[in-house]
Amino acid sequence: MKTALAAVLLAAAAISAAAAQSASPTLDKVKKDGYLKCGVSDGLAGFSNPDANGNWTGIDVDVCRAVAAAIFDNPDAVRYTSTTAKERFTALQSGEFDLLSRNTTVTMQRDVALGLEFTNVTYYDGQGFMVKTDSGVTSVNDLNGATICTQSGTTTELNVADYFTSHGMQYQILTFEKESEALAAYDSGRCDAYTTDQSGLYAAKLELADANAHTVLPELISKEPLGPAVRQGDDRWGDIVRWTFYVLVNAEELGVTSQNIDEQLNSQNPEIRRLLGIEGDFGEQLGLSKDWAVRIIRKVGNYGEIFERNLGSGSPLGIARGKNALWKDGGLQYAPPIR
Amino acid sequence: MSGRDDAAAAIAPPATAFWADPRLRGVLFQAVALALVVCLFWTMASNAGEALKRSGQATGWGFLWNTAGFDIGFKLVAYTARDRHIDALVVGLLNTLLISGLGIVLATVLGFVIGIARLSPNWLVSRMATAYVEFVRNVPLLLWILFFYLALIPVLPPVKQAMSLGDVVFLTNRGLYVPKLHWTDGAIWIVVAFVAAIVLAAAATIWSRRRQKATGHRPPDLLIGLALIVGLPVAAFFATGAPVSLEFPELKGFNFNGGLSILPELVALLFALTIYTAAYIGEIVRSGIEGVSKGQSEAASALGLTRGQRLRLVVIPQAMRIIIPPLTSQYLNLIKNSSLAAAIAFPDLVHVFAGTSLTQTGQALEILAITASIYLAISLATSGLMNVYNAMTRLKER
Repeated sequence: MKTALAAVLLAAAAISAAAAQSASPTLDKVKKDGYLKCGVSDGLAGFSNPDANGNWTGIDVDVCRAVAAAIFDNPDAVRYTSTTAKERFTALQSGEFDLLSRNTTVTMQRDVALGLEFTNVTYYDGQGFMVKTDSGVTSVNDLNGATICTQSGTTTELNVADYFTSHGMQYQILTFEKESEALAAYDSGRCDAYTTDQSGLYAAKLELADANAHTVLPELISKEPLGPAVRQGDDRWGDIVRWTFYVLVNAEELGVTSQNIDEQLNSQNPEIRRLLGIEGDFGEQLGLSKDWAVRIIRKVGNYGEIFERNLGSGSPLGIARGKNALWKDGGLQYAPPIR
Repeated sequence: MSGRDDAAAAIAPPATAFWADPRLRGVLFQAVALALVVCLFWTMASNAGEALKRSGQATGWGFLWNTAGFDIGFKLVAYTARDRHIDALVVGLLNTLLISGLGIVLATVLGFVIGIARLSPNWLVSRMATAYVEFVRNVPLLLWILFFYLALIPVLPPVKQAMSLGDVVFLTNRGLYVPKLHWTDGAIWIVVAFVAAIVLAAAATIWSRRRQKATGHRPPDLLIGLALIVGLPVAAFFATGAPVSLEFPELKGFNFNGGLSILPELVALLFALTIYTAAYIGEIVRSGIEGVSKGQSEAASALGLTRGQRLRLVVIPQAMRIIIPPLTSQYLNLIKNSSLAAAIAFPDLVHVFAGTSLTQTGQALEILAITASIYLAISLATSGLMNVYNAMTRLKER
């Protein structure tokens, strides 16, 4: 009887001890360091690319900034690590950074066998092709027998193989370690076509000497949902990243922007009041502050603002919202409610 | 009698504790050291296994039999995206062996030329060889590879404006296209004839040497050998009704089809590996030749041998003893350096298996262990062969 009671007490003590420290070891570490370690690409306009002053910009970078804003109220408390497609998962696994936000396609293999957890889809993309305009190619199906350049260690390689095999077309693949090397080989005429995610093609086009001499073909040959990933095993850390992104999408849906956030704090709309932490304690439940969402929106903006700034009308890329519009506008971006 | 026993007892070493016995102690220490090393590796392996399991990553060797799903641009054996990762491994390995094999042969030839040229009495030749060695080996290999690749592609014409040699050989920025031999039944007899010709030529050389010893006059064995090696296969070709035809490359759509294509990646990599390693081999050859006593060369001159004969018959055979051990390590370097292929999209073992397969399966530890073991095996085999050759050329003291 006595021992049973002792066991129960011991178990209760263990549980309360676990609850006392935050449920996320990663969050504890990030708070202790004073900055978030984020893995980004080796340079892809619109997603993660250093600007003229050496500051990282892009939609993937803004995801890192939003998480840092939620934790520290300072979107600049981020240390970026540039990784190649080949290194990225190993680098995340080995703890080189705590959040991989690097135009990475969510696939089952990666989710299940690599010990990763994908939190969201931040950009719905698909694989496309770019060719020289004077080659006369107008469709992917014209590419029978072509030489195709791409980056190694990506889903791109697999999609090309699938598409050409299933359409009974011949091709020769040339894979380079870096995006820039593959693009340079295409530009020099070593390949007839360059393939990557379509957003990446628009970004690449801007880097070429004469952007008008190249055409992005209309077809998409795959689904490429791009999103951030964290290590498996720290569910609470995954929740923080996941809900940070949902805050961005919900804010756009509710019309809360970085410009009008102070007025919105007086809003009587219960959904906005819950989002901004005036009602409920959602931030605290994540191990963050009550006003976590206010910090994110004030410093980084909502999803719409981020999109337009990096990829849309406010950027040289000029990509339309398309599939990345909110669900109520006919797109796929949809966030579960905060309640 | 008893006095002698006393003396023997005095000479015999006194009984000692086993830890004071140097031989036993030596064995003991080595056993402990070995046990520690084994323990260390075992701990490392089991730690890695535990960590992988804890982080939810897939482990094991089963992935080798999963469908690879990606294509490879240059392959010596049949391979499609539907084959398995282990097949991709074979494709990559063969490409590595191809580039290493070609590289070793070419670097050796060029290296010997450079080494001998450095010792040439001709001022211009020796200075040019020196300049070559100093310039080439003091620039990193990766830069050479990138330089040749990036220099090659823009210089070569696009496919539509291919340079052609009688519409048979085409040179474009997609590679060099040459006619390919197309084998049909009966072609085997040409191979048989070729092998037979080599055997006969070797026999002719032995016979000619015997004649030289017996009569002092040497029959023209080189000429006989050449005639056999060319003549017999040609005779077989016609005797079997011309079973081998040529397949010509022809422009179809984007690229040339048919024929044999030599990719610019292969050429750039081979070129860079060859000139880089040849600079080192040149130095090894020079030091080997200079290591042969000058008296040998003088004695050969006194016998009336020409400079070429002196080198070929007297100096080089002795220099080989000095050259072979460091030459072996250059061969090993070349094999390992071929993994820089990844920089220019040549699908070698590292690029295909430790690159694409690794990212597609995520099983970094297993794949890197396999790749490292393969390089180790290739290197050990090469060095084993060179050791056999070394034993053959070693000074035989009688």
